[in-house]
Amino acid sequence: MKGFLASLRGVFVGDRQADRVVPPSGFTAQLTLFAAGAMAFLAVFALALSLAAGRLADRWGEELARSATIRIVAPLDQRAAQTDAALRILETTRGVASARALSDEEQQALLAPWFGPDLALDALPVPRLIEVIETQDGLDPAGLRLRLAAEVPGAVLDDHARWRAPLVRAAARLRLLGWISIVLITAAVAAMITLAAHAALAANAQVITVLRLVGATDDYIAQAFIRRFTLRALFGAAAGMMLGVLAVVLLPDAGEAGTFLTGLGFQGWHWLVPLVVPLLSGAVAFFATGTAARRRLKELT
Amino acid sequence: MSCLHTGKVLSEGEGDKWCIESQAVLRHNRPVKKGAIVIELENVAYSYGGGELLSEVSLKLAPGSFHFLTGPSGAGKTTLMKLCYGALLPTAGYVRLFGADVRGLDRDDIAIVRRRVGVVHQDVKFLDHLAVSDNISLPLTVSGRAEDAAGGDLDELMNWVGLTNRADALPPELSGGERQRAALARAVIMSPDVVLADEPTGNVDWEMSQRLLRLLIELNKMGKTVLIATHDLGLIRATKAHVQARVLRISNRRIQLAGADL
Repeated sequence: MKGFLASLRGVFVGDRQADRVVPPSGFTAQLTLFAAGAMAFLAVFALALSLAAGRLADRWGEELARSATIRIVAPLDQRAAQTDAALRILETTRGVASARALSDEEQQALLAPWFGPDLALDALPVPRLIEVIETQDGLDPAGLRLRLAAEVPGAVLDDHARWRAPLVRAAARLRLLGWISIVLITAAVAAMITLAAHAALAANAQVITVLRLVGATDDYIAQAFIRRFTLRALFGAAAGMMLGVLAVVLLPDAGEAGTFLTGLGFQGWHWLVPLVVPLLSGAVAFFATGTAARRRLKELT
Repeated sequence: MSCLHTGKVLSEGEGDKWCIESQAVLRHNRPVKKGAIVIELENVAYSYGGGELLSEVSLKLAPGSFHFLTGPSGAGKTTLMKLCYGALLPTAGYVRLFGADVRGLDRDDIAIVRRRVGVVHQDVKFLDHLAVSDNISLPLTVSGRAEDAAGGDLDELMNWVGLTNRADALPPELSGGERQRAALARAVIMSPDVVLADEPTGNVDWEMSQRLLRLLIELNKMGKTVLIATHDLGLIRATKAHVQARVLRISNRRIQLAGADL
């Protein structure tokens, strides 16, 4: 633990002399910076996707779970009476916060995407819809169905469970995919840093030989590489993160029609979440380089 | 007589005083007691690639002693030198560095031991991207004593080895002799107890080899233990005119005291 803290301190405090013992690597340093930046950019999008999918899943789950619909499928002359009967039952049903029959205009608006705005509802056997808003405790759909069956034969209760579940499942899966992407990006950063560290250690075999000859400990040698790669990953990822956030901010507004697309981004405190990306990248580089360096130094014994 | 103390060349008198106190002021290092053996090999064998390079080798280096190690090329001189500073582990027998069995030391312990053993190779290696002065002060840097290189001590050491005007040069710009002197300066900047030199004059002309030899003799007179691996008999004879040196020969994988022909 003491060694770990000293190593961590060494990354941020640094030692000008120690930094110089490993020669600057120029082009490969820029590649590491670029790769860390690119990964951070992708990580920001994966984060935005995950958080948006999470919000969507929560919204769909909550909104649809607290509402139900009753369809009154009855001959035209009985529809009004059955609608009133159903509303009366709902007034006395536990778990129902409010219930109202949709107006003709509202039903017409619902059907407009399929039948156009000039649909004559009177000419079609369109069922009357009753919107039911549940209390926090929710209603007992089985009990309500029994009562409706007894008193309103044309009423069909739809508690949205049938089509809510796949929607919520899809959103949850999307969120999971986002998190898996972040895990994969993190693993890719670790693999990339490990490869780069191995290459740097191999390229500096003579440096390591000289350092050992003059009494450098493995920790000292490893630290020179750890600091270098950690800072590259940190700064590269910070730049990538900033570009990623900028790109999310500049996402085009898809308007009312594209509710999912407009929701793809960060809301509230979620804007702070991308700040974790460079820190995570730095931490991954710290451990990956440390592991690679110590393993390589052990092999060189 | 001048004397070297963490890179500082002391004047006559001052040097003598330091030579007496030298072991006590070594930072982080355990002082070598008078009469104690700094490096000891006991019935050491070393095998590599299925063949035995060294067998039943025993050697004791007392503080302030001067030894030569001779033998034909491929006899195992470099291998024995590497065993003496923990770069190789014996396949049999014991190697004790400052009293500690080398097998019981981990890599960090070995690194600490190397700060007490200055090593000069024929094929000396430097960090080519650093200036000569930075290379010479490298042992101080890696042991967290970089500040000791400041304040003129490093300059005096560079003056001692005659490299003052090459301080800012890069190692590839140095001649063979300059490289060897830079390596010697690097080897002694930590004021080590022992200086191991493996064919230190192999790549230099006669004049430069004499200059290097004088530096090594000077170090020995400061109380440093010196072991030089060489097959240059002229170098050995020149040394024996100035200091009492034991000459050891590796022959048939074993070590033996060389005869009177030297």
